[in-house]
Amino acid sequence: MLVYEKNELVSEIESLTIKHGDTRDALIPILQEMQAKYHGISDFAQQEIARRLSIHPVEVYSVISFYSFLSAKTLGRNVVRLCKTISCDLAGKNDIVNAIERELGIKFGETTKDKRITLEYTNCLGMCDQGPAMMVNERVYGKLTPEKAVAIINEIK
Amino acid sequence: MSKAKENRAPVSQQSHKIEKPADPNSIGANITIEINEKKVSVPLGTTILDACRQNQVHIPTLCHHEDLCIAGVCRVCAVEVEGMRTLQAACAFPITAQMKIKTSTERVRKARRHIIDLLLSEHHGECYACVRNRNCELRNLAAEYGVDGFTFGHREKKMHEIDRSSYSVLRDMDKCVLCRRCVRTCIDLQEVGVLEAIGRGNQTRISTFMDKPLSEVICINCGQCINRCPTGALFTNDPSDDIWRAIDDPTKHVVIQTAPSPRAAICEEFGMEAGTSLTQELNTALRRIGFDKVFDTNYTADLTIMEEGTELLLRLKKALVDKDPDVKLPQFTSCSPGWVKFIEHFYPDCLDYLSTAKSPQQMFGALTKTFYAQEYNIDPKDIVTVAVMPCSAKKFECNRPEMTSSGYKDVDYGLTTRELATMIKEAGIFLPEMPKTGFDDPFGEASGAGLIFGATGGVMEAALRTAYEIVTGREVPFENLNITPCRGFEGIKQASVKLEGCVPDWSFLEGAELKFVVAHGTANARAVMEMFKRGELNDVQFIEIMGCPGGCIGGGGQPIPTSPEIRQKRAEAIYAEDESLPLRKSHENPHVKYLYEKFLPEGPCGHKSHELLHTHYTKRGSFIV
Amino acid sequence: MEIGIEKTARRGFVLFTDYAQGSAIKKAIEVGRENVLFEVRDSKLKGRGGAGFPTSTKWMITAAATAEKKYIVCNADEGEPGTFKDRVLLLEYPSIVFDGMVIAGYTIGAEYGILYLRAEYTYMYTALLDYLDNMRKNNLLGKDIQGKAGFNFDIEIRLGSGAYVCGEETALIESLEGQRGEPRNRPPYPVNTGYMGFPTVVNNVETLASIPHIVLKGGEWFRNHGTDKSTGSKLFSVSGDCDRPGVYELPWGISIRELLDIVGAQNTKAVQVGGASGVCIPKSQFHRKLAYEDAATGGSIMVFNESRDMLKVLHNFMDFFVEESCGQCTPCRVGNERLLEGVEKLINGNFTFSFIRNLKELGYTMQAASKCGLGQSSPNAFLSILENFSDEIYQSKGGSHV
Ligand SMILES: Cc1cc2nc3c(=O)[nH]c(=O)nc-3n(C[C@H](O)[C@H](O)[C@H](O)COP(=O)(O)O)c2cc1C
Ligand code: SF4
Ligand code: SF4
Ligand code: SF4
Ligand code: SF4
Ligand code: FES
Ligand code: FES
Repeated sequence: MLVYEKNELVSEIESLTIKHGDTRDALIPILQEMQAKYHGISDFAQQEIARRLSIHPVEVYSVISFYSFLSAKTLGRNVVRLCKTISCDLAGKNDIVNAIERELGIKFGETTKDKRITLEYTNCLGMCDQGPAMMVNERVYGKLTPEKAVAIINEIK
Repeated sequence: MSKAKENRAPVSQQSHKIEKPADPNSIGANITIEINEKKVSVPLGTTILDACRQNQVHIPTLCHHEDLCIAGVCRVCAVEVEGMRTLQAACAFPITAQMKIKTSTERVRKARRHIIDLLLSEHHGECYACVRNRNCELRNLAAEYGVDGFTFGHREKKMHEIDRSSYSVLRDMDKCVLCRRCVRTCIDLQEVGVLEAIGRGNQTRISTFMDKPLSEVICINCGQCINRCPTGALFTNDPSDDIWRAIDDPTKHVVIQTAPSPRAAICEEFGMEAGTSLTQELNTALRRIGFDKVFDTNYTADLTIMEEGTELLLRLKKALVDKDPDVKLPQFTSCSPGWVKFIEHFYPDCLDYLSTAKSPQQMFGALTKTFYAQEYNIDPKDIVTVAVMPCSAKKFECNRPEMTSSGYKDVDYGLTTRELATMIKEAGIFLPEMPKTGFDDPFGEASGAGLIFGATGGVMEAALRTAYEIVTGREVPFENLNITPCRGFEGIKQASVKLEGCVPDWSFLEGAELKFVVAHGTANARAVMEMFKRGELNDVQFIEIMGCPGGCIGGGGQPIPTSPEIRQKRAEAIYAEDESLPLRKSHENPHVKYLYEKFLPEGPCGHKSHELLHTHYTKRGSFIV
Repeated sequence: MEIGIEKTARRGFVLFTDYAQGSAIKKAIEVGRENVLFEVRDSKLKGRGGAGFPTSTKWMITAAATAEKKYIVCNADEGEPGTFKDRVLLLEYPSIVFDGMVIAGYTIGAEYGILYLRAEYTYMYTALLDYLDNMRKNNLLGKDIQGKAGFNFDIEIRLGSGAYVCGEETALIESLEGQRGEPRNRPPYPVNTGYMGFPTVVNNVETLASIPHIVLKGGEWFRNHGTDKSTGSKLFSVSGDCDRPGVYELPWGISIRELLDIVGAQNTKAVQVGGASGVCIPKSQFHRKLAYEDAATGGSIMVFNESRDMLKVLHNFMDFFVEESCGQCTPCRVGNERLLEGVEKLINGNFTFSFIRNLKELGYTMQAASKCGLGQSSPNAFLSILENFSDEIYQSKGGSHV
């Protein structure tokens, strides 16, 4: 990692600790903002956060690894999370999977080469009445058809 | 301090905050409950587990450990509580109301058996090829519950590579039962923070920061996690095959030094009660195994006292007589390699406060391959030095690149108490039956002061016995030379001795109060360092720190299991032996005197002793690349 | 804000009714906290999050506790598959949810409220923040609310990070404290030792949303809906094979068959009541009533028609638990994996009956010995599907009979 990137992370984390505090309960809000901004929390960032909150780096890693929406690896700029739980499954999730995978040329669990999109499965999104459903970053889309899903994917920058 | 400490621990694993009665005899402080239809009375807040144990009702446990806070994760201690729908974890349930407990109903027995079966279904390991097969808690549980097959299958393939990166601690996560004792040890008890649960659901595992190998993260090699692991998932890096090879090689001259703590504990490996010293039996066994010489590490412990004590007095002189503002006081002891690595990582700015004296183990190595080789006319390249230590960090220490002042690797192998016990058994020897023999010259005689290095406070006590006498010309004013304020298992002890009637050389210390602090376990060490950084220890001159809880007797290479009670017994054994010895003070050790006359004529802290017996430290910092 | 979600709520009679923002808060202040507590107790309101614990009991313990701080946590983690009623409440009826929190705070003497919003609902976050700002402007939050001296209360929204188990109240608290969402040992219970060690009431969104109406119209009015033991209304989130999936407000005690008619389900083979952690009810039992005393549910109703393979459904559920278990305790972490393997064996037809018997026994152990509700309820689907659809399973798959 380059020095200026590190410096940027350090000052970003500093401002986050000013915003959320430097006690343990600030950990998850800080991680969430880092995830949103950098699409992943690097090991440098994890250690800097640990230092700021006076906890051990492994505790930060432990928390990140527990939650599905946090990641120690850098994901694509956009994360597509398709619901794989039963109601969406019954409503035709598999067709959506095939359509998206064909469109992007990658499998679920992978990231496009240009880092534009990471595909992931997720559990119930609370959209079961409008399945199949998926999340693109923070937005939720329901009543997907293969065509609609592909159109949404192609709109993503 | 305790609050800050609790905040560091994962809250789910902290002890519950049930209020306990201040006075256990007051009305309402006790409560009557029924265990298996028998009425018993226990203090409010007692866990079901403790209540049962106090009443001779056995309950199996796995994640519970006396030294650690409650986890309640393995669920093998399940019991039935009347009126509750589900089974309760006895180790985690504080009794605050009347209740009826049943510990062996059909549901309970089935549940325990299921839990054991489930653990086995995930376990990859063959007991006959496992370091822990004599005292594995999982294996014992399986035996206790008559497991004779794998109801839910058994893992056939290895899932994890064994992490062999560390000089000290190896990890085989295929044998891990996720009891998280190591996590609680490393985070709460030692506050080093190497291990945590990573992942979720069936992906949960114990791992390090970013799943790096242990050698690349900030592990201080203390091995405390090993001592508390119920299975063979964590173990030491065992050099005994190499040692056997050296013994079998006729061109090698293999010498062994034995530290004080292993002798006080090795009896446990042979089925004896904790607290029996087998010092002289061990000497015989080592000779029968084939070691060419058997030396006493206490000898270099005495030497450490001479060097470290002199260093302290010199620092005091510099401060008080020369008024040198840069003198680093208090002086911290440096004989615990776990602690040394801890301070190198977490307080790299304070390294100048550490005594530069090497640990007894390393002094020994350096002298064996120089002084001894010279005196006995042996080519140092043919000498193999083995150190029997209670400690896993000693393995790392002897592999430090700077530990080669003899021109060779000063100590070739660090061997733990446990590993030595296995070697002894392998040689067909039943240790307790051995006849008694003494140590070999020239490192065969040692004082009781060197011996008590094994318990927390021991170095301080030994140093005081010598320093006080050097300064005042009189023995320390404690009955029988037992400096009781240094003893006991309180986390941080502070005390002082007044120096009066000083001899002319040290008259500048007249009337001074020598203040000292003793701490053990790196969580307490951290607390001391924080006090130090806040300036609360400015009037203290000497601080003893041992990396392991209880000092070396609780070291990471000592027999498993460990508990406060066991450590107490080991300490008692050491103090009793000290009291029985004719020689109690380091500076009176005739062999030490001889060494100085013959080999280190400039005396303690002289030029040559600096070369051989002192070292320097590395600012490691706590950033993990 | 365009969020790609259709509004689904239909009219109801308790929650899905008109409500003037702040009116219940004013009433609560007028009648005093004892009377609010009395009405809540009189209503016999039970928790809507799944466990069905009497809300007034929770509140009374916390109200009686003496502590420097107390907290109200609104549990909007709604992760149970097939549940989406809290989404509808937060999107379309935020006023009753937040007013419910304020009243709860007033009643138990808490000054802090936290809404724990699941990460999947982040799209509501800004709108909800705006809503809270608006409440502050109207003195429905903040200091001396509605002129009542010393009545201070504010609400903070904290986002989850994607973990179903964080809906479990103690895991939720761990998560709020910056930890892995691993359920705690109990006792002590959150009402005594909760967030940051302070007494904390954790209530479901729907539970809190019922409060303003109870305060306005009285506990007796509420109690007159539903059954004896299950009072008031219930929001059912219906999904699966039916014409009109969505959220329905219906009285407790309605039978499954009636509900199926309302939502337009045909050729129904089975209904999963209570989500993945609930039980699977076959056609022969459609007369059963949806109520705490019969088929209890936190609101999830999933409908499966004749074309569905129950083993595949079960596989999906078990897969869910294997992933979403916190991984802390043995029965749940390993048990669910073994059950999942068992389902795979059933699907492949490669099993023995003694093996199935062992797995069922294991299921009972998991129900009894797991540390939290997740592991205690995860075998429900397995056990009920094996029990109720054994003919289908064994006939089609054969299996070597031992
Ligand atoms: C695994 C698990 C998940 C849960 N998820 C939720 C949830 O998403 N929302 C909820 O309100 N309660 C959930 N609960 C129940 C909570 O633990 C708790 O009982 C509830 O929030 C209490 O609120 P109530 O009394 O209003 O129902 C869950 C419980 C378990 C065991
Ligand atoms: S860890 Fe225990 S059960 Fe596993 S192989 Fe070793 S002795 Fe056997
Ligand atoms: S050896 Fe010590 S520092 Fe290293 S992991 Fe074990 S307990 Fe932690
Ligand atoms: S490594 Fe040992 S102590 Fe640590 S969780 Fe696994 S079995 Fe327990
Ligand atoms: S039952 Fe499952 S979710 Fe609950 S504590 Fe145990 S492992 Fe975690
Ligand atoms: S099952 Fe897909 S959103 Fe609920
Ligand atoms: S010993 Fe009680 S849960 Fe592990």
